[in-house]
Amino acid sequence: MASYSTNEFRGGLKVLLDGDPCIMLENEFVKPGKGQAFNRVKLRNLMNNRQWERTFKSGESLEAADVIEQDMEYLYSDGEFWHFMVTDGSFEQYPADEKAVSDALKWLKEQDVYTVTLYNGAPLIITPPNFVELEVVETDPGMKGDTAQGGSKPATLSTGAVVNVPLFITIGEVLKVDTRSGEYVSRVKSS
Amino acid sequence: MKNQPDWQPAATRASLKSRAQQSNFVRGFFARRNVLEVETPILGRCGVTDPNLDGVSAQVSAPGVEGGWLQTSPEYHMKRLLAADVGSIYQISKVFRNGERGRRHNPEFSMLEWYRTGYDDTALMAEVSDLVCGWLNCPRPQITSYRQAMINWADIDPFAVSEEELRQRCRQWLEAEQLADLSRDGCLDLLMSFAVEPNLGAQTPVFITRYPASQASLAKISKVDGFDVAHRFELYIDGLELCNGYWELTCANEQRGRFEADNRLRKAAGKPEMDVDEAFLAAIEQGLPDCAGVALGLDRLLMLKMGTRDIADVLAFPIERT
Repeated sequence: MASYSTNEFRGGLKVLLDGDPCIMLENEFVKPGKGQAFNRVKLRNLMNNRQWERTFKSGESLEAADVIEQDMEYLYSDGEFWHFMVTDGSFEQYPADEKAVSDALKWLKEQDVYTVTLYNGAPLIITPPNFVELEVVETDPGMKGDTAQGGSKPATLSTGAVVNVPLFITIGEVLKVDTRSGEYVSRVKSS
Repeated sequence: MKNQPDWQPAATRASLKSRAQQSNFVRGFFARRNVLEVETPILGRCGVTDPNLDGVSAQVSAPGVEGGWLQTSPEYHMKRLLAADVGSIYQISKVFRNGERGRRHNPEFSMLEWYRTGYDDTALMAEVSDLVCGWLNCPRPQITSYRQAMINWADIDPFAVSEEELRQRCRQWLEAEQLADLSRDGCLDLLMSFAVEPNLGAQTPVFITRYPASQASLAKISKVDGFDVAHRFELYIDGLELCNGYWELTCANEQRGRFEADNRLRKAAGKPEMDVDEAFLAAIEQGLPDCAGVALGLDRLLMLKMGTRDIADVLAFPIERT
């Protein structure tokens, strides 16, 4: 596998650190005019999402991690694995385990497209799009005419996710939800 | 329209204008003091031996010269002018340091370098203050020794600390195996960069003086409080290293010895050894007048003037936009 020397360090680089795949977030070059150069690097460990700060001497190198991101369509779950298919027409399929899908699980809808991070060829992280559109399957009865004022109630979506929605939302409506914050954004006009 | 190259300048119009004013200010400053502006090559036959500086190699083909280097500083050529009795001189020039890119670095940058015959480090520090404070309207710098700064901010005495204690202190930033092949000066540089520097010149600009003799580079060395210290100074403003000056070494033998020591360090670090600049040494041998000299980063001076922490804000085209 290739490796990157400190002078190739930049945000976005995928490297192996202490055996774990990491993504480089920031790289700061530090050097006194007369003296040893260092790189102060911020990384996110892709295995546990933890952020690391490390210092490297100029000239040190890190092994590249075989990490790629691909758009894939979610097909189905067999109870043990969640199956995804590459959208480039190759029909190549990848089974993701529970750990990989855990953060995305409550947003998973068949036939929707997700970003799959592959590490050494196996799904490591499933990332939902920033916004998803899901149907309300359960919520208290709507209250007509209460569109302007505040107040909210929980609503269960078709994937099992529960989000706080305005009081006027009713069962069967499709909502746009921000997956990063888990918050309701708007109603989706049904055609 | 996709993937169109980034053609626009990185610098704001205001900083382009301020750079021109800065150049005028510098030229006026030295004209009033009868310091002669000179131009020396930025493309030269030799590079530098300094183990921590990597030049950018060139591919010159000229009678008697093959290869060549973009200069990391105009120092050697300027000292040859001094040896030819030209008197006090200054130069604004582009210099090149390979592999250096960050919020405070660009591999090509503008340097103001000047030499004052008959000055020592203390006299030159006063003149640096006149120039910098005159342009930035900042308070005059305090003076703190390297030793005191290390004691204050890194909790070690750089002259007395044992190898083991020093390495232990560095463990805050580096793993044991990373420290294994780092020299004592390398460890001190780490502490300087990460523990000391961010605190320097926060309220008032500060000169750091009396560097360890091992970090003398081209400065004279003398004994102070029983320690060998270099007559070298650096100015820090707001955590930013602005200049590096010496009461210049005038002994040719000592200079040759330091070049050879540099090359031993280069060899040990797996870096190519560099040819020693014999024309420079011949000039020193002939006689460099007693003088002090300093190199000041003009892009960083402009960063302070513009109040930015990113050098790209003051460069028309940083390297990746060229």
